[in-house]
Amino acid sequence: MADIQIERVRKDFGAVRALDEITLHVADGEFVALLGPSGCGKTTLLRIVAGLETRTAGRIVIGGRDLSDVPTRNRGLAMVFQNYAVFPHMTVYENIAFGLRMQGADTTRVQAQVKRAAELLHIEMLLDRYPAKLSGGQRQRVAVARALAVEPPVLLMDEPLSNLDALLRLEMRADLKAILQEAGTTTIYVTHDQTEAMGLADRIAVMHGGRIVQFDTPMAVYGRPQSTFVGGFVGSPPMNFIKVDVTGGQAKLGALSLPAPVASGSVLAGIRAEDFALVERDKGLPFNVLVVEPLGSHALMTGRVADQIIRVVAPPDTAHAAGTEIGLAPVQQRIVWMDAGSGTALGRSA
Amino acid sequence: MNALRRIVYATGIIAICAWVLVPIYFIALGAFGGRGGVFAWPKTGLPDRVLLGAMQRFLEIEGVWEAALNSVIAAGLCMLLSIALGAPAGYALARFRFRGANLYRLLILMTRAFPLAILALPLTVSFIRIGLYDTPYGVALIHTALALPFAALITSSLFVGIPRELEEAAWIFGCTRWQAFLKVVLPLALPGIAATAIFAFVISWNEVFAASILTVRERTLTAYLLKILSESPLHYRFAGGLLLIVPSVVFIFAVRKYLFAMWGIANR
Amino acid sequence: MTRARTSLLPYLLLAPSLLFLAALFLVPLLQTIGLSLTENGELSPANYQRMVGDLNFVPSLRNTFVLVLVVVPAQVVFALAMATMLQKLRLGRDIVLWIWTIPLGVSDLAAGLVWLAILQDRGYLNSALMALGVIDGPTPWLTYETPVALFFSVVAAEVWRATAIVLVILVAGLQLIPREYAEAAEVFGARPWTIFRRITLPLLRPSLQTALILRTVLAFEVFAVVYAIGGRNFPVLVGEAFVWQTDNQNTGVAAAYAMLVVVISLASTVFYLRALRTPPEQQP
Repeated sequence: MADIQIERVRKDFGAVRALDEITLHVADGEFVALLGPSGCGKTTLLRIVAGLETRTAGRIVIGGRDLSDVPTRNRGLAMVFQNYAVFPHMTVYENIAFGLRMQGADTTRVQAQVKRAAELLHIEMLLDRYPAKLSGGQRQRVAVARALAVEPPVLLMDEPLSNLDALLRLEMRADLKAILQEAGTTTIYVTHDQTEAMGLADRIAVMHGGRIVQFDTPMAVYGRPQSTFVGGFVGSPPMNFIKVDVTGGQAKLGALSLPAPVASGSVLAGIRAEDFALVERDKGLPFNVLVVEPLGSHALMTGRVADQIIRVVAPPDTAHAAGTEIGLAPVQQRIVWMDAGSGTALGRSA
Repeated sequence: MNALRRIVYATGIIAICAWVLVPIYFIALGAFGGRGGVFAWPKTGLPDRVLLGAMQRFLEIEGVWEAALNSVIAAGLCMLLSIALGAPAGYALARFRFRGANLYRLLILMTRAFPLAILALPLTVSFIRIGLYDTPYGVALIHTALALPFAALITSSLFVGIPRELEEAAWIFGCTRWQAFLKVVLPLALPGIAATAIFAFVISWNEVFAASILTVRERTLTAYLLKILSESPLHYRFAGGLLLIVPSVVFIFAVRKYLFAMWGIANR
Repeated sequence: MTRARTSLLPYLLLAPSLLFLAALFLVPLLQTIGLSLTENGELSPANYQRMVGDLNFVPSLRNTFVLVLVVVPAQVVFALAMATMLQKLRLGRDIVLWIWTIPLGVSDLAAGLVWLAILQDRGYLNSALMALGVIDGPTPWLTYETPVALFFSVVAAEVWRATAIVLVILVAGLQLIPREYAEAAEVFGARPWTIFRRITLPLLRPSLQTALILRTVLAFEVFAVVYAIGGRNFPVLVGEAFVWQTDNQNTGVAAAYAMLVVVISLASTVFYLRALRTPPEQQP
C-alpha cells in the first residue's frame, strides 16, 4: 500500500505546455479519477506517473520513495491500458502470470495468485484460451486480473472502459468498484466520462488545459463547481448559467429576487437542470419552452430565459408542451454564483 | 446480359491465369524434353515424352551444382545480413520519434532510384583488393545493399503493426526494453520477419548483373546461366531457367500473405 | 533510464544499416562517378566520348527508351485492369492472386529463357502459327534481321514477368482505400467507370507513384531478359555496360553507361514525384 505524491510536475511538448505545475496527493487506498476532455493532459500525467513519459520538471513520490528517475519496470506499479494490451501470443493464464513471473515468483505463488485474480474477475474458465478468442469485455477482465495478480501498491487505469459497449461498461463499472474497494489498492483512473468518474472515484481531479481546476469528492464537484468549465463539463445536462443583474445585493430573476454575493453588477447564476420547481408564469422566472424530450425517468425541457437557452428537468408526466410559457423557481441554496467575467465561483450567497 | 458479363469476366480471369502459367509449363517441357523435345517440329504442346534424364544430365554438367550452391550461400547470407541490419533500423523507425527519421526514410527510398549496375563496377576493384572478388560472400554483400532498404521498410511496418501498449505493459510488469522485445515484440513479429527474410533471399537468388560481374569461377546460378547462354544447347538453357524459377516461386507462395501488407505500407 | 540513453538508442539502431549502405552504396556510387570521369588517373571526358562514339550507343539508347515507353504504361494498364477484376472476385480470390503474382519470383534471366522456349525457331508460337496456316515451317523471329519481332518478344517477356509487382503495389494501395468512398459515389448515382476515374484513380495516386518509379527504374536496367531472348541482337544500355566491363575489360566506359542510366533513372524519379504528387491539403 502506498500513497502517491505528484509534485509540481510539468511537461512541455516543444513550445506547448501539456502539464502546468501539477500537484496532486492521492492518499493510501484512495481511488482518484482524472477527469477532463481530450487533450487536457490527463493521460500524459498518468503516463508520467508510470514512467512511460518523461517529465520536464517535478517529482513523483510513491509510498515515500522518489521514483521520478526510476525506470518503469522498477516502479512496482500495475496498469490497465485503454486497448487492454493483453499479449496476443500468450494464454489468459500466462497473461495474468506475466507480472508475477517477472518478479521471479515461485510456482505455487504464481498458481495461487492467478487463481485468485481470475476468480475475482470471473474468468476462471478462460485461463487456457488465447486473447483472440475473447470478447472485448473478457479481454478487459484479463487486463484487470493481470494488474491485480501482482498485488500492486498502486494501480493506474487509462480509460479502461471506453472501448466497451454501454451495457458492458455499466456492468464492469460496478464490478471494478467492488473489487477495488475490497483490494484497497491506491488507484489513479483516467477518464473523459463524468458518469464513470462520479460513480467510481473517492475524489475527482477535473483537468482542463494542463491544470487541475478542481479536486474534490464527486458530490462536491457536481454540486459546487468552482468554475463554469467544471459545471459545464460535469453532469448531464451541463449546469445552466443564467446571466443576471444585481442591484443592492439582490439578483433579479423574473418575479423572484434572490440574495447575491455581490452588491451590484452582473453575475452568473449556476443552476442544475433538476434544481428548478415549475410554477406559474408570473410567479417565477419566465421560461419559454422550445423542445420537450420525454426520457422515461424524466422529461428534459429546452427553452429560453430572456435571450439565453437553458435546460430544465421536469417530471416524466409533465403537461407543458413546446410553445408554452411557464415560470421557474430555482432551489435557492443550490445556486452557485459565478463571476460573469472570469467564470469562477464567487463566495456563497448570504 | 448479366450472365454474359459474368462469362466474359470469368474468361478474362482464366485467360490471365493461363498467360502466367502456360509459359512456365512450356519451359518445363523444354527442360524435361531433352534435345529431341527442343527440336521436335511442329510441337503439340503436350508432354509426349518426359525425360527425367535430360534434367539430370544438365545437373551433372560441371559447375551447375557448384553454381547453385554459391547462389544459396549468397542468398542465405544476404537474407541474414538484411535482417540483422535492417530490422533494428525498422524498429527504430517504428518506435521512436527522433530527428532524422524522415531523412533516413528518404535515403532508403532514394536507393531505389540507383541501378545496381552502378555499384557493381567499382566494387570489383575493391573486392579484388580485400579478397572478396569471385566469392559468394562478395555477391551477398552487394545483394544486401539491394535488399536492406526493403528489409528496413518492411520490418518497420511490421513493428508499427504491433501496438506500443503491449511493450509498455511488459515494462510496467517489470521487463527491460530488451526483455520486452524478446518476450512480446519478437514472437509477434517473427512470421513477418521470416517473410522479409525470404523476400531478401529471392532478391539475391534472382539478381544477374552484379553476380555476373563479381564472379569468374565461383559463379552463382544466374551468373553461370548468363555465361553459358551463347554456348550451350537450348534444352540445357531451359533446364537452367526452370531450376532458377522453382525455388523462388515456392518462396513467394510461402510469403504470399505478407506481400500486400508489405507494399501497402512501403508506399507511404 | 537516463534521458540521454533513450534518445541515443534510435541512432544506435540505425547506425549499422547506415554504415553498411555508406560502404556499399555511397562509396561505390562516388567511385563510379570517378571511374567514368577519369582516364589513366586523369580527369577526362574520354570515356563518355568513347561511349557516344560507339556503334551500339544510339541503338541501345533508343531501344531502352522505346522499351520503357511501351512496357511501363502497358504494365500499369494491365495491372489496373487485373486489380479491378480482383476487387470484384469473391470465389477463389486467394488462388487467383497467387497465380497472378507468380512471376514476382521469376528472375529476369529465367523470364527471358521462358519466352525463348516459346519464341525459338521451333518453339510453341511457330507451332501454333503453322497450325493456323500462317507460316510453312520453323521461322526465326529473334535475329537482328527481325528487329520488330524481337522487340515485341522482349516486350512480351517483360510484361509477363514484371506486371506482377505493379499489381501487388496497386492491390495493396486499393486495400487502403475505404470502401465507403466508392459506395458514397454510387449512392449519388456514379457509374462504375466514373467511380474508377473520379474516386479510385485519384486516391490510388501514391501507389501509382511507387509502382511507376520502381518499374521505370528497373525497366531502364533491363538486360538479362534481352540477352536470354536475343543475345546481342538487341542492344540495351545496361547490356552495353556489361559488355564493356566483361568483354572489353574497360570499366571506364562501363561506368559511363552506368552513369547515364543513373541520370535517366533519377530524372524519371523526379518527374514522377512531381507529376503524381498528392497536394498536402488533399492527404487523408
